[in-house]
Amino acid sequence: MRFLRRFFIRLWNFATGRRADQRFREELAEHLALQTEENLRSGMSPAEARRQAALKLGAAQAIREHHNAEQRLPFAENLLLDLRYAFRMLSRSPGFSLIVIATMALGIGATTAIYSVIDATLLHPLPYPNPSEIVHIETNLPGVGAHDVGFSIPELRDLQNSEIFQYVSFCFHGSENVTGSAQPTHIAGATVSPSYFAVLGVDAALGRTFDPHDPSPGSNGEVVISDGLWKRAFGADPYIVGKSLRLDNDLFQIVGVMSASFRDQGQTSEERGTELWAADGFYGDPSSPPMRGTRLQYDTIARLQPGLSPQAAQVRLDALIASLKKQYPADYPPQAGWTIHLTPLAESLVGNVRQSLLLLFGAVDLVLLISCVNVANLLLARASARGREMAVRQALGAARSRLVRQLLTESLLLFVLGGLTGFAILFFARKFLLQLVPESLPRLNDISISWGVLTFAIVVSVAAGAIFGLAPAWLTSRLDLTTTLRQEGRGSNGSRRRTGLRHVLVIGELALSLMLMVAAGLLLRSFWDLFKVQLGFNPTRVMAIETTLPNPNDPNTDIYHTATQESVFLREALRRIRTLPGVEETAVSDRAALPLGHGQNDLRQRPLIREGQEVQSSQLPRIDTSIVSPEYFHVLGMTLLRGRLFVDQDLEDTPSIAVINQAAARTYWPNQDPVGKRVMVRSRVAKPGWTMIVGIIADARTESLADAGIPQMYFDLYQRPAKFLALYLRGQVDPAAISAQVRTQIQAVNPELPVFHAETLDDVLSSSLSVRRFSMEMVALFAATALLLAALGIYGTISFLVNEQSREIAIRLALGAQKRDVLKMVLRQGLNLVAVGAGVGLVGAFIVSHLMAGLLYGVSPYDLSIFGGVTAVLTAVAIATSYVPALRAMRLDPITTLQSA
Amino acid sequence: MKEKPDVLQGTLALMVLKTLDVLGPQHGYGIARRIEQISGDILALNQGTLYPLLLKLENEGSIASQWGASENNRRARFYRLTATGRKQLQKETRDWNQTAAIIARFFEVKAEDLP
Repeated sequence: MRFLRRFFIRLWNFATGRRADQRFREELAEHLALQTEENLRSGMSPAEARRQAALKLGAAQAIREHHNAEQRLPFAENLLLDLRYAFRMLSRSPGFSLIVIATMALGIGATTAIYSVIDATLLHPLPYPNPSEIVHIETNLPGVGAHDVGFSIPELRDLQNSEIFQYVSFCFHGSENVTGSAQPTHIAGATVSPSYFAVLGVDAALGRTFDPHDPSPGSNGEVVISDGLWKRAFGADPYIVGKSLRLDNDLFQIVGVMSASFRDQGQTSEERGTELWAADGFYGDPSSPPMRGTRLQYDTIARLQPGLSPQAAQVRLDALIASLKKQYPADYPPQAGWTIHLTPLAESLVGNVRQSLLLLFGAVDLVLLISCVNVANLLLARASARGREMAVRQALGAARSRLVRQLLTESLLLFVLGGLTGFAILFFARKFLLQLVPESLPRLNDISISWGVLTFAIVVSVAAGAIFGLAPAWLTSRLDLTTTLRQEGRGSNGSRRRTGLRHVLVIGELALSLMLMVAAGLLLRSFWDLFKVQLGFNPTRVMAIETTLPNPNDPNTDIYHTATQESVFLREALRRIRTLPGVEETAVSDRAALPLGHGQNDLRQRPLIREGQEVQSSQLPRIDTSIVSPEYFHVLGMTLLRGRLFVDQDLEDTPSIAVINQAAARTYWPNQDPVGKRVMVRSRVAKPGWTMIVGIIADARTESLADAGIPQMYFDLYQRPAKFLALYLRGQVDPAAISAQVRTQIQAVNPELPVFHAETLDDVLSSSLSVRRFSMEMVALFAATALLLAALGIYGTISFLVNEQSREIAIRLALGAQKRDVLKMVLRQGLNLVAVGAGVGLVGAFIVSHLMAGLLYGVSPYDLSIFGGVTAVLTAVAIATSYVPALRAMRLDPITTLQSA
Repeated sequence: MKEKPDVLQGTLALMVLKTLDVLGPQHGYGIARRIEQISGDILALNQGTLYPLLLKLENEGSIASQWGASENNRRARFYRLTATGRKQLQKETRDWNQTAAIIARFFEVKAEDLP
């Protein structure tokens, strides 16, 4: 308390510039007068009385300084003086200051930019209460190579009763057709367990969310809508709760409206933009009890019991699995190896982007490090120019610690100015920069240039300034006074240590930029290989547009229930679309067959039963399935290898047939001919019975650009109906107009159908590469910056060396050395630096490339050509930049040089 | 002064507070004289060091000061104890007595007294 009061009074005096000097003088004068009188009374002579009084008082000047220090804050005062001096020094050499500030602005600005992305995606907790309690639950069957197979209803109940979780919820992000309004709208909707909002821990802004203990086996007829949908479709009707809306012909009651700030959890921006949630118990038929082996492939999220860490929960979950396996040995055969894995939801949402972002952050840190090293190098170069100033100040009695403090203030000022400049550029360019970030990045909307980011920029600047300003300050203030002063300002004698440090710095810079260039080279190669990969299908001039058929819960109200019913609509719609200008060919498939475009939730992996190879149901391998119209393969340019494709004569009442790809043939019928073999793939819409494989197509990278060998099985759309459809148009169509044209044609057949998501397959392809492209471009940009900075560094160092050695070179020239020898001598110095730098850098690059192996495609992390090429580029650049000062050295005029020295 | 400032300053501050407590408002010279008299000239004190200390105590709110007239009718700065200062004095007196008592007991103990 007292301390604080004292501090604030001193701070106030300091800030207002109040001085107590006058008062102190008066008090001392009075004190002396009183003491002198006292002395006179005791019989001293006037002179002696004054002398004794002064002696007793003590050293007046020292006391006065004490008094002043007590009155104000001497530390702050010195800092202010130092700052003022630093400003003067920096404005006296504006070129130097500008270069340093620009370099630091680059380094800190880039680091801060990447940090702001990381801050939003990796560091920010999810916007729900106690987000660390929310986990994503994944089930795997490693024995049969199946991932994320989901839970059956009995398993879900086991989880709910395990006392590990407060609530467990299925969720399925899809889309819904809202009908009954002027234009049928298609919105992102989710079907969730009634406990979904309890898991997230949020309540509705209007009305209520679902009762987490709702026992309805199927839909309970309740929906919650988003604030956006409420305002858009219902005019923000305050009495909305209790009103009805129609989804795919089913009637639902609105029970609540979420707040405007609520955003759903999900990996894609579509999932996060979900506008409607319908509650569902997920087992439609209460008459037949749910089977333990019937897994529903829904995402499962849960809220842990308070205070239970995900690790502890995992341990308890493992115990639960073990006991379930013992209890139901038939459902969990040991060969399948059932495992459940908990991941904090925040982590599972960011997923594989984490690695890319961390790589970027690492790369940008290297750039920052190189900028710092460069600046430290410049500061050292200035040290030699300021040797005389330092010597004079030391000779006048400045303590070395005081000089270091002064120099450190200068470099801190430079770094902070650089950091603030970088931040300012980032702030004003944020709109432009955000456009460069791929849209598929999770939590893109959360990226903001906030106070936290500013704090980060300032902290980094100060830390960098302190670390990289200290050594130059220490070395600058370390002088041999007499030599420096005698040498009339050229502190070349005391600079040996500085030269050594400069060499270390340049070597470091070269090594760091080599590491970055190797990383960039590897990413570039991966990207290029992916870009140039043989797709196996032809996306050019193909446009995909989606539509969704109503999917009512009651099959009797479904006008597209059977394939035959659906085919009437499909054939008519396709016929109409073919008449549109520019359209040459059309096809249609379910959304799962959309190349590279579909979400994870398309529920397409299904257990595969092969005739003659019967195994237990839980051990069945899973295969990707999609449903396509006969023209699909032709429109997408996929090649038939054996057998035949679907034809118009294949209908619902003809034998069920399928086409597989080569990978499926290799995997499931090794050394056999699959054509003519029969399989059974269960689904809700398929009639039980065998399906015959009639053809094999070549592998295509429709699933993942990086993997051509994913087994695929295609069914005929005219034999199996599908609700979520993608239409393909090949030809010269106008992308801007086509959406409306297709909508007109489709709604001419059925006015209740929404048409959305028109996209060319080329765009789909390029956006599937966007995160890779982004990190590749960024790292390449950073590497180029690093190379530029390293080139500047080596140029500066070699020029400096030439300057230092100009006398020696002049003498050599005077004694008859050839110009060529001088050139060689200087270049050799440059080459030595590069050799050491490259050596160190190669070791670092091996470590870096080892760490980023997971991000590479088709190129070994130790690719010789990249390592060699990058080293060659670095060497070439180093030689080129050393060449300029070397030329200057060669052209030295010995006479002038020796005379001036 | 520089060698043992803390001990001296702490004690000196206590002496100043006690002096003001006993004598009422005083100017700097009066306080210095009083301390000198009571310590019986054992304490070799540069009287001037008192002034930074007075400023510190004032900044801390233990004492307050104002201009007034001295005995010979000259302008002098008078210091007086504030309520905070009085409380501080009581507390520090208590602490000091306690410390002194403990130290005294340590000095009284002889080897044979120990069990």
